[in-house]
Amino acid sequence: MWTYEKKLMYPVKVSTCNPTLAKYLMEQYGGADGELAAALRYLNQRYTIPDKVIGLLTDIGTEEFAHLEMIATMIYKLTKDATPEQLRKAGLAEHYVSHDSALFYNNAAGVPFTAAYIQAKGDPIADLYEDIAAEEKARATYQWIIDQSDDPDLNDGLRFLREREIVHSQRFREAVEIISEDRDQKKVF
Amino acid sequence: MTHEKTPFRRSFTPFRGLYDPCPPLLKKTYVVPPNLFIGFQPPDFPQFSAIDALKTGTLWTPFYDYYDNPYKK
Repeated sequence: MWTYEKKLMYPVKVSTCNPTLAKYLMEQYGGADGELAAALRYLNQRYTIPDKVIGLLTDIGTEEFAHLEMIATMIYKLTKDATPEQLRKAGLAEHYVSHDSALFYNNAAGVPFTAAYIQAKGDPIADLYEDIAAEEKARATYQWIIDQSDDPDLNDGLRFLREREIVHSQRFREAVEIISEDRDQKKVF
Repeated sequence: MTHEKTPFRRSFTPFRGLYDPCPPLLKKTYVVPPNLFIGFQPPDFPQFSAIDALKTGTLWTPFYDYYDNPYKK
C-alpha cells in the first residue's frame, strides 16, 4: 500500500520553449535505463531478496516513481503548448501521429517500453549488481541529457535526479555488504 | 557546495589516427561517482544543512557531485 503526496519531490521548472528536450527526456521516461524500468525492477525484485534489504528496494522503487512523475512533468511542460509544426521540428511528428501530445512510455528514439529491459534473476547478488548497474546507467543518461540541454532550470532538476542515482547506487552497494557479511555467525578456528 | 573542482572526474586522450576525419576531441572525460570510494557509510558522516540537502538531493556532503557539461566552453 502506498500513500501519495500531491506534490513533486523536487520543483520542476522549465525556462525555454524547446520541445526537442522533451524528446531527449523520454529516454528517462520509457527507456531501458529510465525511471519506469527502475521502479518496476526494484518493486518486483523485493519479493525474493533477503529480508534485510527488502525495505531498501521498497523505498528506492517508490522514490523512482516520484522521479518518473518529475520527468513526466518536464515532458508535459515542454510539449503542452507546442503546435504540430513545432513538434515536427523537434523530431516528434512520429510521436504526434500516434499520441497527439499525450505522454507515452517510449525512449528518445521512439521505441516503446518493454519488460525485457529489466530482470529478476532470484539470485540476490545478481539482482543487486543489476540494480547498481541500473543506477550508474541512469546517472550517465542524466549526464548526457544535461550535456544536450541548455535550459538552466531544467538542468537544475536533472542534477537533483542525477544526485539521487548516486545515493541509490551507494545504498545498493551497502545492501551487497549487508547480505554478504556473516558477523552473526560464531566462527571456530 | 563547490561547483568548480570535483575529485570525481577522470580523463584520457583517445588515439588519434593520421586520417581521422574530424578535428580531434583532445580530452575525453568520464565520471567516477563518490559511491565508488566510500564503501559502507561510516557513522557521523558530515551533513548538509536541511535546505542544502533538499537542493542538492543528498543529506551527506561526501556523496555530493555537481555535474555540468564538460565540453561546454
